[in-house]
Amino acid sequence: MKDRLQELQSEALEKVKQAEDLKALQDVRVAYLGKKGPITEVLRGMGKLSKEERPVIGQLANEVRETISDAIQKKQGKLEEEALEQQLEEESIDVTLPGRPVQVGGPHLLTSIIEEIEDLFIGMGFEIKEGPEVETDYYNFEALNLPKGHPARDMQDSFYITEELLLRTHTSPVQARTMKQKDGHEPVRMICPGKVYRRDTDDATHSHQFTQVEGLVVDENIKMSDLKGVLNGFAKQMFGSERDIRLRPSFFPFTEPSVEMDISCKVCGGDGCSVCKGTGWIEILGAGMVHPNVLEMAGYDPNLYSGFAFGMGPERIAMLKYGIDDIRHFYTNDIRFLKQYHKA
Amino acid sequence: MLVSLNWLKHYVDINDQTPEELAELITKTGIEVESVEPIAEKMNHVVVGYVQSCEKHPNADKLNLCQVDVGEETLQIICGAPNVAAGQKVAVAKPGAVLPGNFKIKKAKLRGVESNGMICSLQELGVDEKDVPKEFTDGIFVFHDEVEIGDNAAELLNLDDIIIELGLTPNRADCLSMLGVAYEVAAILDQPFTPQEEVVNPVEEPAADEISVKVEAPDLNPYYGAFIINDVKIGPSPLWLRNRLIASGVRPINNVVDITNYVLLEYGQPLHAFDLDRFGTEEVVVRRAKQNETITTLDGQKRTLKPEHLVITNGKQPTAIAGVMGGADSEVHEDTTNILLEAAYFHPNAVRTSSKDHGLRSEASTRFEKGVDPNRVILAGKRACELLEKYADGKVLNGVVEFDDLDKEPKRVEITTSHINERLGTDISDEEIADILRRLQFRYEQNGELFKVIVPTRRGDVELFEDMLEEVARVYGYDNLPYTLPGGASQAGGLTLQQQLKRKVKNYLQGAGLDETITYSLTRANRAEQLVSREVKEQAKAPVRLAMPMSEEHSHLRLSILPELLESLSYNIARKQTDLAYYELGTVFISEEEQVTVQPEEQLRLSGALTGDWHIHPWQQEKKSVDFFVVKGIVEGLAKLLDLQLTYRQAKLPDMHPGRTAEVLLDNQVIGFIGQIHPKLQNELDLKETYVFDLNVEVLFGSYEKEEAFQAIPKYPSINRDIALVVDEQSFAAEVAETILEAGAPLVKDVRIFDVYQGEHLESGKKSIAFNLLYMDPNRTLKDEEVEKAHEKILSAVGERHQAELRG
Ligand SMILES: [Zn+2]
Repeated sequence: MKDRLQELQSEALEKVKQAEDLKALQDVRVAYLGKKGPITEVLRGMGKLSKEERPVIGQLANEVRETISDAIQKKQGKLEEEALEQQLEEESIDVTLPGRPVQVGGPHLLTSIIEEIEDLFIGMGFEIKEGPEVETDYYNFEALNLPKGHPARDMQDSFYITEELLLRTHTSPVQARTMKQKDGHEPVRMICPGKVYRRDTDDATHSHQFTQVEGLVVDENIKMSDLKGVLNGFAKQMFGSERDIRLRPSFFPFTEPSVEMDISCKVCGGDGCSVCKGTGWIEILGAGMVHPNVLEMAGYDPNLYSGFAFGMGPERIAMLKYGIDDIRHFYTNDIRFLKQYHKA
Repeated sequence: MLVSLNWLKHYVDINDQTPEELAELITKTGIEVESVEPIAEKMNHVVVGYVQSCEKHPNADKLNLCQVDVGEETLQIICGAPNVAAGQKVAVAKPGAVLPGNFKIKKAKLRGVESNGMICSLQELGVDEKDVPKEFTDGIFVFHDEVEIGDNAAELLNLDDIIIELGLTPNRADCLSMLGVAYEVAAILDQPFTPQEEVVNPVEEPAADEISVKVEAPDLNPYYGAFIINDVKIGPSPLWLRNRLIASGVRPINNVVDITNYVLLEYGQPLHAFDLDRFGTEEVVVRRAKQNETITTLDGQKRTLKPEHLVITNGKQPTAIAGVMGGADSEVHEDTTNILLEAAYFHPNAVRTSSKDHGLRSEASTRFEKGVDPNRVILAGKRACELLEKYADGKVLNGVVEFDDLDKEPKRVEITTSHINERLGTDISDEEIADILRRLQFRYEQNGELFKVIVPTRRGDVELFEDMLEEVARVYGYDNLPYTLPGGASQAGGLTLQQQLKRKVKNYLQGAGLDETITYSLTRANRAEQLVSREVKEQAKAPVRLAMPMSEEHSHLRLSILPELLESLSYNIARKQTDLAYYELGTVFISEEEQVTVQPEEQLRLSGALTGDWHIHPWQQEKKSVDFFVVKGIVEGLAKLLDLQLTYRQAKLPDMHPGRTAEVLLDNQVIGFIGQIHPKLQNELDLKETYVFDLNVEVLFGSYEKEEAFQAIPKYPSINRDIALVVDEQSFAAEVAETILEAGAPLVKDVRIFDVYQGEHLESGKKSIAFNLLYMDPNRTLKDEEVEKAHEKILSAVGERHQAELRG
C-alpha cells in the first residue's frame, strides 16, 4: 500500500506538471483527490491493515494528498496569472492616439494684462476703483483742470451725447470721483482700469474704443521720488527686472510736473533699434504730481496734501510685449488671435 | 516744430554734441524729439555752375545742349528743363556725384550727344516738393544770389542741415519759435544765449501820417501795432533766408511774405503784411464781425462771419480775419510798393473760434491760440522792418501806430529750497537752485532759501509753484531723483466682492470652454435695440445716441452685448472658424429718458454666444453640436457657482426662436434669457444654429451671499425611488418636478430627471418623464412605510395637478 501511495503521488505530480490550462488541472484534482479517486480508494482498503500499520499508512496517505493538493494550488496560481496576463495583453490599446479633448476657453489678452497690473498694485496696497463710461463734462474735464475752452481739450476729441455728457476719454474721472468720495482728508491709493473712447478713426494704431489703467496716490508728504519708486517697482515686475526706467518732461493738464516714463528697449538692450526708433527707450506710461487745482476741486488742501497719478494703455503694453502690429486685433475677436494668448 | 540745426547753431554753441546726443538731451530735459534727419543724404560733386551757352539738342526738340562752367572745367551737359538758359548760375551734379535716392551721375550719351553731368532741380537734390519755390517746381533751380562758380552747391543750399523735429506739448508754446528753442537748448547745455537786437533805420516821416489804429474789442485784441514800409521792391529773398524757410518746412514765395514767415519762425510772433494801397482807407479798425458779414480770404473763399469772430477792417469792411487769414483784396502782389505791417496780440480764444469755425489752421493761428509772448510782439514787428529795409529796399516810416492795453508784466513765483526738496524727495542746495534759474535765464531775488522768481513772459506756462517745481526738476534731472516709496499708514489693497465675483465667473466660463471677447460699446442704431432682454427693454426708453457720431456703424450705445458678439461670430465664420463659444462681461447703457439729460444706468451684463460643434472626438466618431441644453447647462452651472436658484420660463422674444427660448428668472423677476437666435437672423448673419444667453449679473452678484454656514454631512442613509410619469407633451418637466418636491416635503430632498420618452408604446400627444427621488431625514433612518406613504401622496398630487399617470 505504501508503494501504491508513493506511486500515485509521483504519477499525480507528473500530471500536474503536464497540465497546460486550468481545466486540465481541475481534471487532475478530480482524478486524484476526488471522492472516487485512487487515494480515497486506498484509504478505504485500510480496514484490511493491522492496527500498527493503519496510522502509518493513514498519515502517509494524508501527506500524499497534501503534497498533490499543494502542487495543484501552486500550479493553479501560476496558470491563473498566465491567463490574466494574456487577457491584459489582448486588452492593449494604441496609446499614441489623441485623447478626448477637454474644452477650455480663456481670458481676452487685455483682461490678462489688466489683471496682471491689478495684482501688482494690489500687492502695493492699492484698491481697484471703477466708474461710469458715460461721464459728465465736469468729472471728465473740469475736475481735472480742463475748464471749458481749454486748448488741451483738442488733444482728446470726444464723443459727446449732450453738452454735459460724453463717453469718458480717460479713466481719470474715476480718480476725481474717488477723491471726492474720500472727502478731502482720507488718503487715496487706487488704480482704475476701464474702457475709454475717443474720436479716432480705427486703423492699425488708433481705436475709437480702448482701455486704460490709471492710478492715484494722495496723502500727506507724497513726493515725486515716490512716483519714481512705485512706477519703477511696477515696471520691473511687469517687464522684467533687467529693464531700466527713465522719466522725461511732458504735459498733462491734471498733473504738474508731468512726465512720460520710458523703459529700456528689450530688443536692443538700450543700444537703439527699429523697435525703439533708435533711442533705446520705449514710452510706457504718463505720470505726474497731481495738479493743485485738481486736489483743491476734490476738497484736498494742496498745502497739506500732495499726490501722484499715472496712466497707461493695456493695448500698448500688449502690443509691445507680444509684438502685435494692429490694435484692431483686440476688438475683432478672431478666435485664432484670442486662443494665442490663453497661456499668457 | 522743425528746428534747423544750422540755424540753431547760429544762436547757441552746441559744443561737440552730435545731433543725436543733442536730441537725447532735449528729450530728457525738455521736449520730446520725434526725429533727427538731414534735409538730404550727404552728397559730393554738386557744385555751382555757370551756363555759358544753351542751344537746342540737334536730335531732340525738348532737350538743350549746355556748356556749363563749373570752375576747373567746362562740362557739356544735356538738360531737359524748360527753364534752363544761358547766363544762369545753377547746381550741377558732376559725374561721380550720388544724389538722394542713390541716383548715380555718370557720363552718358543722350541721342548721340555726350552729357557730362546733370543740372539739378531742388527735388533732385532732396528738397521736399512742397517746400520748393513755385518758380522752380517744374524745372531746375537757379541761383539769384552772388555765388562763386565751382563752390559746393549742396552746402550753399543748406542741404547738409539736420532737422530736429520737436513734438511740442501744448504748454511749451515758447518753443514754437527759434528764439524759444535757443533759450531751451542754452539752458540744457548751460551755454549763454542773448538774442540779437533789432536795428531799424526809419526815415523821418512818421507812420502816423499814413495810418490810424482803433481797436473796438480790446478784450480780444489788447495790442495792435501798425508799421508802414514804403517803396518796397518785391523779389526773391536772400538765399540764407530761403534756406532757413525750406529747412523749417515753409515754401519761399517772395521777400515780403518770406520775411513775415521768417519772423514768425524766429520770434514765434505771426505778422501780417497788407498792401497799403489796396487797403482802401487810412484807418485800421479792429472789431467783432457783424452777423453775416462776409470776407473773401487769400485762398479765394468767401466766408460768412459772426460776432464771435474778430476782424481787421479798414473802417468799412473786413480786410482780415484776425490771426487767421488776410483778405484777398489787400493781399501783397508782385507790384506792391507800400506795406502796412501788422504786429498784434490776439486773444487765444478769439483766434481759436475763428480758425475752428472756418476750418483754417495755420502756423499763425496755432501760435495765437497758444498765446504769444506779449513782450515780443513789437520786437517782431521791428525785426520784420529791419529785414524789409535790408532785403526789400523798404523805407520804414518813423514809429509804430499802436493801440496798447496789453499786460506785459512778468509773473512772479515764490519758491523755497525746502519746499522744492519736500515735493521732489531730493536734497538740492540753495546754490543749485540759483544755478538752475541762471541757466533758465529766469531773474530772481534771493533771500536765504526763498527765491522770488520773475518768470520771463515768453514762458506763459509758468505761473504756479508747481510749474517752477517742474522747471527745477527737469534741469536738475529726473535721473537724479531717488527711488522712494510713499510713507503713511499702509492700506490693505484688494478686490471688492463684485470684482472677485467677476473674476470667479470669468474663470468658471473659461473652464467651461468659453473664450472671452471684448466688443465695441458703440454700435448701429438697429443693433443697439436687438436681442435686448425684456426687463432692459421695459426700463430703457431708447438707446443712447451720440450727438455727432463719426459713422453710423458706431452711433449708439448698446442695450445688449449680443449683437456685436454675433458680429464676432460672423467674422470668424467668414474665416472658416466654425466652432465658437464666446462670452463677454460688460456694460450696457440704459436711459429712462427719450432725450438723455442724466447719465444712463450702466448695467453689468454677461452674454454668451455659441455655435458649431461643442464637443468633438474625431477618431471615436463622437460629435455634439451646441444646443439649447448646452447653453442652459452653462447658465445652471453659473447659478450653482453663485448658489442661486434660477428658474426658466418659455418665452417668445423678437429675433429669437419661438420654441427654443426661455426667460431666466431670479425670485420671479426676469433677469435675462437663453435660447436659439431666430433662423432668419441666423441667415442674415451667415450663421448656423447659434445659441445665446444674456444675464444681468449685477442682480446675481447682489444676491450672492459669501458667508456660508457649515452644513452637516448627513449621518443617516437616504433612499432612492424612481417613478416614470406619463403627461401631456405640452407639460413642463420643471413644473412636475416642483409638484413632486412640494408634495413630498419634507422627506423628498431632491428630484432628478433621468429620462424623457415619446413615441412607441405611448399614446400620441403624451410623453413620459422618469424622475429619481431622493428621500432623507437628517435625524434618523427612514422606514419603508413612511417612504411608501409619501410616494402615494406624490402620485396623487401629480395626478391632480398635471393629469400624470404612473407609467405601466
Ligand atoms: Zn531697441
